[in-house]
Amino acid sequence: MVRFVVRRLIWAVPTILIVTFLVYVAIRIGTDPVASYLRSNQRASEAKVQEYIEQNGLYEGFGGYVKGYFQWLGGFLTGDWPHSIKGNQPVWPNLKDAMANTLRLGIIASLVGISIGLVFGVLAALKPGSLRDGGINTTALVMLSIPPFISAILLQMLFGVYTQRWFPDASWLHLPVAGVYPPGHQGFDPVLMAKHLILPVTVVAIQTVAIYSRYMRSSLLETLNSDYLRTARAKGISERRVLVRHAMRNAMLPIVTLAAIEFGALLGGLIITERIFSYPGLGDYFLTAYSNGDFPELMPWMVFVVIAVIVFNLLADLSYARLDPRIRLD
Amino acid sequence: MTDLLPSIATAPVEFVPETVPTAESEGLAKSISPRRMALKRFLSHKPAVICTVILAMMVLFVVLSPLTARYGVNEAIFPTTAERSNRYISPSSEAWFGTDEIGRDLYSRLIYGTQVSLQIGLATAVIAVFIGTAVGAYAAMRGGFFDDVLMRVTDIFIAFPFLVALLVIRNMLGEVPWLEPILGERTSIRFVIFLLAVLVWTTVARVVRGQVLALKEREFIEASRAVGASNFRIVTRHLLPNSIGPILVALTFTVVLAIIAEATLSFFGFGPQLGSGATSLGNLVATSKENVLSGHWWMVIFPCVTLLLLALTINFVGDGLRDATDPKLQRGGGRA
Repeated sequence: MVRFVVRRLIWAVPTILIVTFLVYVAIRIGTDPVASYLRSNQRASEAKVQEYIEQNGLYEGFGGYVKGYFQWLGGFLTGDWPHSIKGNQPVWPNLKDAMANTLRLGIIASLVGISIGLVFGVLAALKPGSLRDGGINTTALVMLSIPPFISAILLQMLFGVYTQRWFPDASWLHLPVAGVYPPGHQGFDPVLMAKHLILPVTVVAIQTVAIYSRYMRSSLLETLNSDYLRTARAKGISERRVLVRHAMRNAMLPIVTLAAIEFGALLGGLIITERIFSYPGLGDYFLTAYSNGDFPELMPWMVFVVIAVIVFNLLADLSYARLDPRIRLD
Repeated sequence: MTDLLPSIATAPVEFVPETVPTAESEGLAKSISPRRMALKRFLSHKPAVICTVILAMMVLFVVLSPLTARYGVNEAIFPTTAERSNRYISPSSEAWFGTDEIGRDLYSRLIYGTQVSLQIGLATAVIAVFIGTAVGAYAAMRGGFFDDVLMRVTDIFIAFPFLVALLVIRNMLGEVPWLEPILGERTSIRFVIFLLAVLVWTTVARVVRGQVLALKEREFIEASRAVGASNFRIVTRHLLPNSIGPILVALTFTVVLAIIAEATLSFFGFGPQLGSGATSLGNLVATSKENVLSGHWWMVIFPCVTLLLLALTINFVGDGLRDATDPKLQRGGGRA
């Protein structure tokens, strides 16, 4: 076990380095940082541009890419991050706020979605082939087929415009459709924040519910039909105990793995929802930086997303190995 | 949790309870071909059958656009006069789904737009399935280093945010000078198809690889190897025909993925721009976001519902196909 963990950890480092290098090259080629710098700062002097190139290590040619990558990596690791091209601002404060916002949205939506999804999955698996099972399955596939921007637009129209027209008095039905707080709001207000989160959380949770209920159903069904469960029943354990102590615990194994992988994809995975609800999270940050071609802002974003993906994939593997005694690692 | 539909990547392997009809349980053990059996199973999946009918009707409507569309794609339903403007007319007998900001018939535009989106979806899926099948089968037969590299690459592709990969690769492909004459501008249909295919073939490759790995140890492959068949012959004559079910399923899900990805790209303003008023479903959905707050509900509802219906029906057909061709159901040996 320890050897497995250490070996995977040792492998994770070169993987992160290689992937970030590829991302670096992709962004260098794709955004042409010098051109976008000139676009954003049209009156920049020759010396200023030269300084920007030096600071970011934007050298030409393949050797220049490698050299530039290591220069960038050194700066990134020592906390010496170049400033953004638009407004020459430090990158970290914005990135930090965006990350906090995204995590808040993502974690709440995950918790809501996973708990509803698991309940649906269990309900479906307990009576396979029944009307209830069919209904839940069909609903899940319908929910999985709804693109997030469609559900977001429809919800926005319903709760932002039409509830106010149809029920002008029912103020609890008028939900805010953008941002974290109303414009101009100061300070921290959990109720207001929760109200702004309702619609984005719903949009994200629709997909989460669908994914988890399908997974839970197939996982629990497989467990319920296994031999060791027949043994447990034959021993005379009550059905309730069979379900809770034996079936559920085993059926949850793949769910934990799935949750870890999905959590890793969270940071960069809410772009569409965030943009539609003007939610100032990582997705919004990315799209702004992308359309500005803002190299100093894009790279740290990419690195955090890549690290999250790789680390949580690793955690998924490890948790599976840790929780399932049938898997032997050496 | 990922925004964009993770249909293939996260679709769990369906566990099928014992009650599903098999050849034995229906007393048809000797006379029914696997294909007939698959068809029978497909027909017993009611949502899939209903969706096939709806999808077929939609496709028919779209293909017969000269008959079904009432106006041209860039044609106002009537010229604006001093008394009567043609802008934003709500649904009426003149324009069934209403008109847009310059008086064009939304119903006709939806038909033309769906045409373009279906083209993009099908073309992407065919290219992706072609590349994915070739690479997946090669990796499974070859094994070793190539296989390892492929698996790592596809791992990252699947976990990496799809939209980010799409946007970054879009920029990259757009900057490569020698691709320009082949693919055209970043906003051309060809470019979008190629971009989507570059991203989605990996999921197909994984499906095919798994299928080939599972099949290549079976006796009938050993038998054909024993009579001296080459690897190429084994793959093309035995392994791929026997994996046709999963490949078909992957094809349907890839079509949905491509259609939705096109819509997503358009939504953020990076999609195909066809010029002279031509449109795609994604473009129509993208314009709907400007009409949410202004209360032109028909500009929002109809494009969104069309896209939704398209994604839904294709997904259900794919689901039915998967149930029908699931190798787990072919008890008592496949068709060797």
